[in-house]
Amino acid sequence: MKFADREDLLGAAMLGPALAYVILLVGVPFVLAIMLSFSSATAGSLTLTWVGFHNYSTILADPIFLRALRNTAIVTIGSQVLVIVLATAAAQVFRAAFHGKRAARFVLLLPWAVPVSLAAIAWTWIFDSTFSVINWTLRVTGLLHGWLYWLGEPGLALFAIIIVQAWRIFPFATVIVLAGLSSIPQDVVEASIVDGAGFWRRLFKVELPLLLPVIAVAVLFGVVYTATDLGVVYILTGGGPANTTHVLPTLAFQRGVLGADLGQGAAIAVFLVPFLIVVAVLMLRVARRTEVGAGGIGAR
Amino acid sequence: MSETSAGVEIRQLHKRFKGGDHDAVDGVDLSIRDGELLVLLGPSGCGKTTLLRMIAGLEHPSAGEIYIAGRRVDQDVPPRARGIAMVFQSYALYPHRTVSGNIAFPLEAAHLPRAVIAEKVRWAAELFGIAGYLDRYPRQLSGGERQRVALCRAVVRDPQVFLLDEPLANLDAKLRNTARDELKRFQRQIKRTTVYVTHDQVEAMGLGDRIAVMDRGKVRQVGTPHEVYEDPVDTFVATFLGQPPMNLVEQPGGGGRTLLGFRPEHLLPSDHFGDREPLHPIPLIVRRVEYLGSDRYVYGTVEFAPDATVIAKLPANIGRAIPEEEGGRLDFAVPERALCHFDAQTGARVRR
Ligand SMILES: Nc1ncnc2c1ncn2[C@@H]1O[C@H](COP(=O)(O)OP(=O)(O)OP(=O)(O)O)[C@@H](O)[C@H]1O
Ligand SMILES: [Mg+2]
Repeated sequence: MKFADREDLLGAAMLGPALAYVILLVGVPFVLAIMLSFSSATAGSLTLTWVGFHNYSTILADPIFLRALRNTAIVTIGSQVLVIVLATAAAQVFRAAFHGKRAARFVLLLPWAVPVSLAAIAWTWIFDSTFSVINWTLRVTGLLHGWLYWLGEPGLALFAIIIVQAWRIFPFATVIVLAGLSSIPQDVVEASIVDGAGFWRRLFKVELPLLLPVIAVAVLFGVVYTATDLGVVYILTGGGPANTTHVLPTLAFQRGVLGADLGQGAAIAVFLVPFLIVVAVLMLRVARRTEVGAGGIGAR
Repeated sequence: MSETSAGVEIRQLHKRFKGGDHDAVDGVDLSIRDGELLVLLGPSGCGKTTLLRMIAGLEHPSAGEIYIAGRRVDQDVPPRARGIAMVFQSYALYPHRTVSGNIAFPLEAAHLPRAVIAEKVRWAAELFGIAGYLDRYPRQLSGGERQRVALCRAVVRDPQVFLLDEPLANLDAKLRNTARDELKRFQRQIKRTTVYVTHDQVEAMGLGDRIAVMDRGKVRQVGTPHEVYEDPVDTFVATFLGQPPMNLVEQPGGGGRTLLGFRPEHLLPSDHFGDREPLHPIPLIVRRVEYLGSDRYVYGTVEFAPDATVIAKLPANIGRAIPEEEGGRLDFAVPERALCHFDAQTGARVRR
C-alpha cells in the first residue's frame, strides 16, 4: 500500500506541523504562564517557589489592577459596540453600487494590513496634545472652543483607545458582515420589501437577525483581539496618566517584564483566560442556536 | 376584508437588463380584469418573472406604463404602496421567524394593533389549515406547508392584486394537484385579481380564467384556456399548448407557403366520422405506436409532407383494429372545422 493511501498515516503527517505549532508556541507558553502565576519567579532567576494563590490575592487587592480590569472591559465592550454599528453601516454603503467601489474596498481593508505598532504611532500624532488633527479640525469648523488633551485625561484617553481599537477591527468586521449580507437570500429581502418593510424594519427585523451568527463570530474575534492587545495602549498612553489607562496586557508587561515580577505578571495575564473562554462559548452558542433553532443562513 | 378589487393595465412595457442585448420583456400590452385569475404561461426565460416583478415594483421598466386600479404606479410608487402581495417561487419565508411571525410581518409593517394582528394571523392560518403550526419555524415544515404559509402571508395584507410566481413548482405531482384545487377555490372565494406565473400548461389550463401565452418577451395570445387551445393565433401557441402538441405539416399544393395544423386528438380513422362531416384526408404511414393506457399515440408521416412527424392520439375505444406494424398505411382524416392554417414564413394564423 502506498503511503498516500494510508489515511491514518497521511492524516497524522498532515496534522503534525499544525499540532507542533500549537503545542510549542501556544500550549507550552500558556502552561508556563499558569505555572508562573502560582510562583514567585522573578526575571533575574528562574527558581520556582510555589506561593499558591499569593499573586492572585495581591493583584485583587491592588487598585491599579482593578482599574486595569475595568478598563479592559470598557475598551473591549466599547470598541466592539462601535465596530458592530460601523461595520453594519459600512456594509450597507458597500453593498450599493457606486463609482470607485473597488478602490474604496481596498482602502477599507488597509487598517487591517498596517502593523499595530505603526498605526498606533500614527494615532499618537492624531491625538497629540499640540498637533492633534482632531482638535484643529474641530476648532476650524467652530465646534470646539477649548482644547482636548486626548491622551492626558483618563476619560478621554480611554475613549481614544476605544477609537483606535475599533478602527483596527472594523475593516475585518465589515468584510464579514458584507459576506453575511450576500449570503442572505435575495428573495427573502425582496419579500420584506413587498410586505411593506422600510429600510429600518428590513435592517432590524430581517437582515440583522439573519446576520446574527456571522456577527457573533466577528465579535468573538474582536473581543479576543482587543482584550489581549498590548500594542495600542502601550504606545498610545503607556498606561498613563498615572496608571489610569492600563489594560491587563500592558499591566502584565509592566509588572512582569519591566518590574521583573514574573509571577505577578503571569497572574495578571492569565486572569482573563476564564472570561475569554466563557465569552467564546457564549458566542459560539449564539451562532449555533440561530443556525439550528431558527434555520438561519446556514440551515437553509 | 374590503370589497374593492381592481384590474391591472399594462401598456407597451419594455425591460432591458443592464448589459443585455435584447429586451427581456418586449412591448407587452395586457389588460388584467378586476377579479380574474390571469395565467402568464411561457417557456423558461420568456420574461414571465420579469413582467411580474415589474408589476410588483421590484424591477423598474425601461419603458411603458403600469396601472393598478386605475392608478399609474410604474414611475414612483414603491412596492409596499401598490396594494399587491407576492408569493415567490421559493416562498421566501423569513427563516428566523415562526409561522405566525412570518404571517404577521406585513401587518407589523403596517403598524396594526397587536390584537388585530393576532386575529388576522389566526384567520389566515385557519383558512389554509395551518393553525396547528403557528409556533414552528419554516425549516420544520414540508414544502406544501411552507407554500401555505407564503399564501397566508400574502392574504393577510388584503391586497388588491395577488402576484404568484410558480407557487406550486416545488411540490410533488400529487401535492400539486390538491394545491391547485385549493388555490382555485380560494381565488373564487375571495375574487381578487390574480396574476399567476407558470410554465406548466396543465396548471395554466386548469387554473386560469384567461391565459397570456408569452414567448421571448412578447405576449403572443391572450384568451380563455379554450380559446388559446382551440384557436391559436400562431404556430408558437399551437405547439406550446397541448400534449402532444399540434401537428404542423405543409399544405399539399400550397407551394410550401402554408402550414396545416391539427391537434393529435382530431386525427382519427376516416370511418369514425359521420357521413355529413366535411373531412380533410390525412393518409398516415405508421412509424410506431405507443400504448399509454387510456390512449394510444400513433407516430407516423404523411405522403405529401414526408419530413414532418405526425402524431395521432386515439382514445382506447377507437380504431382498435388498426394495424400497428411499421410502414402500414392508415386511412385517417381531420374534420375541416378542426384545421388551422398558418403562414409558413411568419408562423401567423391565416384565416379564411
Ligand atoms: N437580473 C437580471 N439581469 C440580467 N438578465 C436577466 C435578469 N433577470 C432575468 N434576466 C433575463 O431575462 C430573461 C427573462 O427572464 P425571466 O426570469 O423573466 O424568465 P422566466 O420566464 O421567469 O423564466 P423561468 O420560467 O425559467 O422562471 C432571461 O433571458 C434572463 O436571462
Ligand atoms: Mg421565472
